[in-house]
Order: sequence, then C-alpha cells, then structure tokens
Amino acid sequence: MFRTVVIPFLNILILISLLLYIIPPSIISNYLGEGSGVLGFLTAAVVGSIALIPGFISYPIAASLIQQGASYTVVATFMTTLMMVGIVTLPLEIKYFGKTVAVSRNALNFVAAIIIGLVVGMIL
Amino acid sequence: MRKNLKKYQQYIFLLAFAIITLLSLAFGFQPGKTVVTNFTQSFIEMITFIPFLFIIVGLFDVWVPKEKIEKHIGRESGVKGIVLAIILAMLQAGPLYGAFPVAYMLYHKGASIRNIFIYLGAFSTLKIPMLGIEIGYLGIQFTLARTLVSLPLFIGIGYLMEWYFTDKDFKINKLG
Repeated sequence: MFRTVVIPFLNILILISLLLYIIPPSIISNYLGEGSGVLGFLTAAVVGSIALIPGFISYPIAASLIQQGASYTVVATFMTTLMMVGIVTLPLEIKYFGKTVAVSRNALNFVAAIIIGLVVGMIL
Repeated sequence: MRKNLKKYQQYIFLLAFAIITLLSLAFGFQPGKTVVTNFTQSFIEMITFIPFLFIIVGLFDVWVPKEKIEKHIGRESGVKGIVLAIILAMLQAGPLYGAFPVAYMLYHKGASIRNIFIYLGAFSTLKIPMLGIEIGYLGIQFTLARTLVSLPLFIGIGYLMEWYFTDKDFKINKLG
C-alpha cells in the first residue's frame, strides 16, 4: 500500500507545488478581486478546476478575496471547482476509474460547480 | 527494459525533485525554495490524512464483510444507502484523491455505482473537518448555502453516473 498509494500521492504533491509556483495565490487574488465580473467568474472556474490547493491555504485566500470585494459567486465557484474538479489529479483518477469514467465525473462536477457558484451568489 | 523504465518512472520523478530541492536550498535558488514551501504545505496536509485513510481502508477490509456493504450501500440500498455513503464521507478528511482508494475498496465490497459517486461528491464538499475551517473563514451563511446547493447536485451526479455506466464496462482498479 505504501508503494502504490504514497508514491503516486507524493508525485501529485510535487505537481501541485510547481503549479502553485507558476500561479501564485497573489495572482489568483488579482484576477478574482473586486469588479472582476464575467472574466473573474471564468478565471475562478478554470483555475479552480486545474489547481488543487490544500484547504488550509484555499480558505484564507477565499476569505481575503471576499474582504477585497470579490463577489460570492466568484468565490463559491472558485472553492467548489477546487473541491470537486481536479485536472492535475486526473491522471491518477484515470488509473483508478479508467478514462471515460474519470473524465465524465470531472465534466459533470464542473457543470455542478458552476451551478453552485451561480446559485450561492444569488442567495447571498 | 521499457517495462522497467515505466516501473521506475515515478521514483525518477521523486528523485529528481529531491535533488533539485537540495540544490535549491544549498544555493538559495528562489523559485526552487518557493516550490519547496508549497510542497511542505501540501505534504503536511497529506500526512495528516494518510494514517487515517489506511486505518479506514484496513478496518473496512478486515471487519466489514462484503454482504454488509452490499446490503447497506449496494444496488438495492435506496435512500438509506445514500445517507450512509454521505455520512461515511463526512467523517473523513483530506483531498479528493485520498478518497479513491476508499472508493476502490467500497466498490469491491459491493457498493453501487450511484453510492460510490455520491460518496465522492460528499467527500469533496461535505467533510466535517473542512466545514469547520470553512465556517471559520467564510461564515455559517456561506457554508450553509454552498452545502445545501451542492447536496442535490452531487446526488444527481450519482444517479447520472449509475444510469450511464450500469451494464457498461465499469470498474475501479487497484493501483500497483
């Protein structure tokens, strides 16, 4: 179990750390901040889907985004795509579920995350 | 030879990372140091959930017989099965990829396709430890709104996945 679970997980972590370096949280904040509109919404959905940011980093980012005047729609979309969709982890997911299932799950969850973002924004 | 290469590929990646890390720290290469900081943060998250994951998979494997899983979250389990899959997911911690080994175990013990994807949906959005952090940072209103909207959607995804993949070649592989 160590070899089959921990090693692939470590490799995912390396990918995530490289990605976080290429797209640092400060840049994410710039694009998702106040008055970012439709572009901010799309950026949130795309970046959230690709990246996989640990909860204890992403929640502080989300809180600071709200303080900077980002809309609840953008923040909810960002958080939900982060949680439900994982492009970086897709290769690992394909190993477990096969290509069709893994891609379908991510596609459906992407649509769901967009709906969640829009509805949460409407409620709050 | 090619087979060997593939087998060691994942170690080569790790080894390369370790070497670059050491060099970056030794020579103060800033991008390298930033990546290492990111890695450490994610690593802390990983080691906090991995022991727990092993315990859950291990205990289920040994103590919960196949008939029980089949009966309670299998194909005929209905609403109770959905509720159980969600509760099981809520009690866990860690990022989504940590749930894949559990999904594998559940599937091989007879859980239905629907409940496996409901489990994954609940795992990604409703884990109790994460809800605690979320309430702390974003407030109870945000968290309630997000979870209540998510719930019907990931249950719907479970039904969709089951509808589409039943009687197709659905399987979950064990890694390695």
